[in-house]
Amino acid sequence: MISSLSFINQKGEILIYRVYKDDISRSEITQFCAKMIATKENKESPIINIDQTSFIHISIKDIIILATTKTDVNVAMVLEFLYQLSKICKSYFQGILDENCIKKNFVLIYEILDEVLDYGIPQIADPNILQKFIQEGGIQQETSMNIERLRQLTVTITGAVSWRPTGLHYEKNELYLDIIESVNLLISAKDTVLRAEVVGSIELKSKLTGMPECQIGMNDKLLMGKQARTTKQNGGIAIDDMKFHPCVGLPKFEKDRTITFIPPDGHFQLMSYRISENINIPFKVNVIYSDISENKLEIRLKIKSIYDKNVYGTNIAVKVPVPKNTVNVISATALGKAKHEIEEQSVIWRIKKLQGDVETSLRCDISLGATNKEQTWSKPPLKMEFQIPMFTSSGLRVRFLKVMEKGAYKTNKWIRYLTRGGEYLHRL
Amino acid sequence: MSRPSASTSSSSRSSRSRYGKEVKELQDALNQNKIESKRDAIRKIIDAMTRGKDVSMLFPDVAKNMETSNLELKKLVYLYIINYAKIMPDLAVMAVNSFRKDARDKTNPFLRALAIRTMGCIRVKLITEYLLDPLKESIKDEDSYVRKTAAICISKLYDVSPELIEEQGLLKLLENLLNDGNAMVVANAVCALLIVQESKGTTMLQLNPFTIQKILTAMNECNEWGVIYCLDALAMYIPEDGKEAEAILERVSPRLNHNNPGVVLSACKIMMKFLDYLQNPETIRQNALKMTAPLISLLSLGKEPEIQYVALKNINLIIQKRPIIIEKDIKVFFCNFNDPIYIKLQKLEVLAKLANNDNIQQILHELKEYTQEVDVEFVRKAVRTIGRCAIKLEKAAEKCVTALWECLKTKVNYVVMESIIVIRDIFRKYPRKYEMILKDLCENLKSLEDPEAKASMIWIIGEYVDTIENADTLLANFSENFKDEPANVQHQILVAVMKLFLQRPNDGKELIHNLLKTATIECENPDLRDRAYIYWRMLSTDPELAKKIVFTERPTISDSSYTIENELLDKLIENIGNLSSVYTKKPESFVKKLRDVLNSKIADKIDDVYDQDQLMDGRPEDYSDQQGGQSNVYDNTYDTSSQIQSQIQQQQIQQVSQKIDLLELDDNQPQQQQIPQQQQQIPQQQQIPQQQQQIPPQQTQQPNQTQNVRIPFAEVLSVNTPGAQSQIQGLSVEAAFQKNGDKIVLDLKITNKTQDKTFSDFGIKFNKNPFKLQPDAIEIQCQPVFPGQTQVTQSYINTNGPVSEEPPQMPYKIQVAFKTNLDVFYFFIPMSLSVLFSSTASITQQKFIELSQAQNLARKQEVLQIQIDPQRMKEKLERNYFFLIGVRKDERGVELLSYAATLVNGMALLANVIHTPTAINLQLQVPHPTLMPLLYQAIGFILTLN
Repeated sequence: MISSLSFINQKGEILIYRVYKDDISRSEITQFCAKMIATKENKESPIINIDQTSFIHISIKDIIILATTKTDVNVAMVLEFLYQLSKICKSYFQGILDENCIKKNFVLIYEILDEVLDYGIPQIADPNILQKFIQEGGIQQETSMNIERLRQLTVTITGAVSWRPTGLHYEKNELYLDIIESVNLLISAKDTVLRAEVVGSIELKSKLTGMPECQIGMNDKLLMGKQARTTKQNGGIAIDDMKFHPCVGLPKFEKDRTITFIPPDGHFQLMSYRISENINIPFKVNVIYSDISENKLEIRLKIKSIYDKNVYGTNIAVKVPVPKNTVNVISATALGKAKHEIEEQSVIWRIKKLQGDVETSLRCDISLGATNKEQTWSKPPLKMEFQIPMFTSSGLRVRFLKVMEKGAYKTNKWIRYLTRGGEYLHRL
Repeated sequence: MSRPSASTSSSSRSSRSRYGKEVKELQDALNQNKIESKRDAIRKIIDAMTRGKDVSMLFPDVAKNMETSNLELKKLVYLYIINYAKIMPDLAVMAVNSFRKDARDKTNPFLRALAIRTMGCIRVKLITEYLLDPLKESIKDEDSYVRKTAAICISKLYDVSPELIEEQGLLKLLENLLNDGNAMVVANAVCALLIVQESKGTTMLQLNPFTIQKILTAMNECNEWGVIYCLDALAMYIPEDGKEAEAILERVSPRLNHNNPGVVLSACKIMMKFLDYLQNPETIRQNALKMTAPLISLLSLGKEPEIQYVALKNINLIIQKRPIIIEKDIKVFFCNFNDPIYIKLQKLEVLAKLANNDNIQQILHELKEYTQEVDVEFVRKAVRTIGRCAIKLEKAAEKCVTALWECLKTKVNYVVMESIIVIRDIFRKYPRKYEMILKDLCENLKSLEDPEAKASMIWIIGEYVDTIENADTLLANFSENFKDEPANVQHQILVAVMKLFLQRPNDGKELIHNLLKTATIECENPDLRDRAYIYWRMLSTDPELAKKIVFTERPTISDSSYTIENELLDKLIENIGNLSSVYTKKPESFVKKLRDVLNSKIADKIDDVYDQDQLMDGRPEDYSDQQGGQSNVYDNTYDTSSQIQSQIQQQQIQQVSQKIDLLELDDNQPQQQQIPQQQQQIPQQQQIPQQQQQIPPQQTQQPNQTQNVRIPFAEVLSVNTPGAQSQIQGLSVEAAFQKNGDKIVLDLKITNKTQDKTFSDFGIKFNKNPFKLQPDAIEIQCQPVFPGQTQVTQSYINTNGPVSEEPPQMPYKIQVAFKTNLDVFYFFIPMSLSVLFSSTASITQQKFIELSQAQNLARKQEVLQIQIDPQRMKEKLERNYFFLIGVRKDERGVELLSYAATLVNGMALLANVIHTPTAINLQLQVPHPTLMPLLYQAIGFILTLN
């Protein structure tokens, strides 16, 4: 299991260092840090073994979270734990995890580290629950005196429904559901689709009284029944894979494919899924690079929105890569603005809003500076970012959302859809 | 203050004095009554501790504050104590009272759990004893949060004082926690038991259908981490049969849909392992395919790269074992521009494995794309992957070569160099097929900085000296700097020039002359010099023969260098998701604890080995297993069993005689009985010459025996054993099968212990046996044996006898009928498998690789605890027809010797041998599991006997 955990900054300094087993020394960690700094690009594998000690690390922006071990641990578990730990920290520090807030809150972090791991064995990593009993300044005195409250907490931590405390009460029961999809697309220079995939998630925000059971139904092919398999249009969406929040009963899902759960309180991700068939690609991109002369390059770019007319794409950004030695860019476009951003080595074309079924174009005239010819320019792919509300690339829809609880129980429910560009790439 | 990275002992004086002042201030603050000032002080102390400063001198002042009722302050004090208790054990005792008090707090479960959790971290033997009482109470605590903490605490304290924990029955209590009503407590107990199990080296978590049910039930109710511990424990279970395996799989497979990658991979681990127990191919297929989507999801874009990396490493193992799981989905393994390099390299690895004739076009297209990127390491590996595909897929080789051809034309230095290296392999695999690219190859001679690329290019020129017109000038250019080149390049120059001379004597004459001269006179590298000398001699004796030798056909190569040996693969599959699957190494190779446990087990094994040695020194009872050897039962000293055994014995004797009757020995028997009577009178006259003749056979034997290991005699017939027909006793026989050159011989030592009888007219016949052994002649050439005398005889054995379908047992014995003038005796003669090794080496390196990858071989790791000089070991094995096939070095430089022997019936026995100063590690592979102990024993004999 994990022998020690450390938070390390970019300079290789240890910000937090907690030992769980005494088979590791601090000097081993400092040696590793020195090495990390030396090979700055962090090219090496995230898992390395030096002198019988395994160093497993992840990087969250400038912070490295490092676990060490001397055993043959379940490394998939350790990595996932490190990521969850980073999320816990962020949930305490308003979504930020940087050197400053670590230094400011190191006592709190130590307290968290004491609870999430015992003897290097992950125990609990649910931020909602942790926040119930670990707070800056300690648990409030009244809580620690209230035996009933404490007992409820421990039951929650170790209970079957560890994600939801008992005895919640809301004036109004509300349930918000968001389906958020990221389209990952890779199109070759010859315009063939190499990879198209939607990674989606269903996010819920629940403000519900008591212990209600919820059920959700979608136009998923398997849920709709296998008989329709051959006719794709009516048969629903074929979901390649689904991953659920622990609150979803997996054996029940396996048995009859219904998604039933007692939701955690507040915001959480109910499930994530992956779809690779019949994806509606929202944009068609056409780009031509032509060398006019030795120091002149012309780029013509056309994009067409191929979603419904009453749907609008927003915050569209097209990153058009340009050579390092670009000196000047003159761009012309009917919609939005295009700007050369030197740090990104690209021209970025931003469009605030784009209606469905519309074609628009961009033309850039690029002047190039002198260059040493030896290194030919290997064009990185063109990348697009966008958000399209009320549109799902996969076509997934929620068919029903039920909340069941004893007595007269009324719930207000909201459902939203959003598709955004993930790794949306065109090779050039 | 600057942030020192090491301890402050080395800091300058001025900072030390300032530091001293700080310490004083902190002390004062800790001793104040105000909680805020204490808290601030201890925060500062913890901060200093984090930065690596030594603040241990404050221990007494900090520890005083343990008894505070402020939980936050208490946690900070505990944190401090955990850190320093180890180096200040005397002071740590101060903490004991506080723990004992807190652990019994009536109201606050968090306080109790905190005390239990923390006291386990004070890893000081001295205080463990005081903690046992509160710990025992906490196991029975009403609060599950305290109980789950107590479970882990037991494993903590076990690591500190194992004896104490065991004496106090805490392990038993831990086991009882498996029956706890709370799933998290069960999961933690499972985890704690596995930790103890690892340090102890013996099974702690008894996995049986009952506990399995417990774990499966707990898995449904505990959190994601608990699920992982449950799954990892289940993965160690060996199901009774396919039905049970299927039932467990049904409960496990829903976990594949879990959000936590740790859960997904642990579920895969169980699935992969348990699939082996299923029979129905369709069930296997369906279950296997359940893993496909979840595994691919681990690689979704946006998934954390580190997790993708672990997933790729495991997918690489999984598809080698069950390719069906990922066949179609090659696109997810295409590299994204922004993937970290460690992911890109792994993806190439998987792509090479997935490549087949259907998808090669698509894969090649991708690979060509990658060769245009900028990261040198990635580009080189992409080129190498094209080469691997060419060697793997004969039908697609041409497409791959075309792709490489394009790479050559890019003229990018590292692309060209890598291409040349892989083209060498392709030429090697498909000789003379792709000569069209020679011209472009030869245009790239100048840019070859990398020695391997250079050596490869020279090899190619040498190979095609007849096609490449200007080969002589090219080679002459390379030879100019001969002396400055690295060894592998020098080597290739020598070989290529030799080829040039043999093919085109006129063009190469001068070159070879100069080169051989330089190589023999000026070179210091002995390998190179020797080769040059050999070439020289060859050329001066018989150039035609030299040509034959130099241009001899080479064994073909295959793309097996990247596949993992099956035995290791199975081990890694058992560890899916663990570090070992990422390192592709067995856990014990990087976990010291496991190695220690393993070593202690090996120590036990040494005793076994010695027992086996002794058995050949004439303690036949060791030879017998439950089937019973004839001779030993009467030596048996346990009373109760001996009677039963003798009954069994008799039954066996009957069976034996029946069996041998089937051999139609019956026909001989009347004769045997008659003959003795006629000859009974003769012996006495011959008594005296007999004694003299006794010695020669042994002497003549010896020169022959020097080559092979001499198996010591074993008593096979004891004086007390009566004959099958006339119940005659008093004949003792010792026997041993020996290898003698390419012959198998049976040495018999016949001793007459009777007072008055003379034995003669010996004959021997074998029962049907798996290796079809039978004596060349039934009659044994032997003088009659008079009372008190011993005769030694030798019979030749051939392998044309009738075959028995039964596989050989350990120990391997041949059942024989031994005929004398007076009676017929039945007994077993033990045999070392080494006797059956064929004297001709028939397994090539190529064959070895093929065999070692065959699915149906039994595999096992063994350790021979003997000390032997490595040279002597090699020589001994070789001398006994266990032939050295190849030598490899792993990344740590450990030499792995591959040995193979063929049995007389054609079965191949393989062994990978690692020699260490104290032991010999063996990795055995045999076609049938029952041969395993036999082979192990045989190697033991070869190496320990003379």
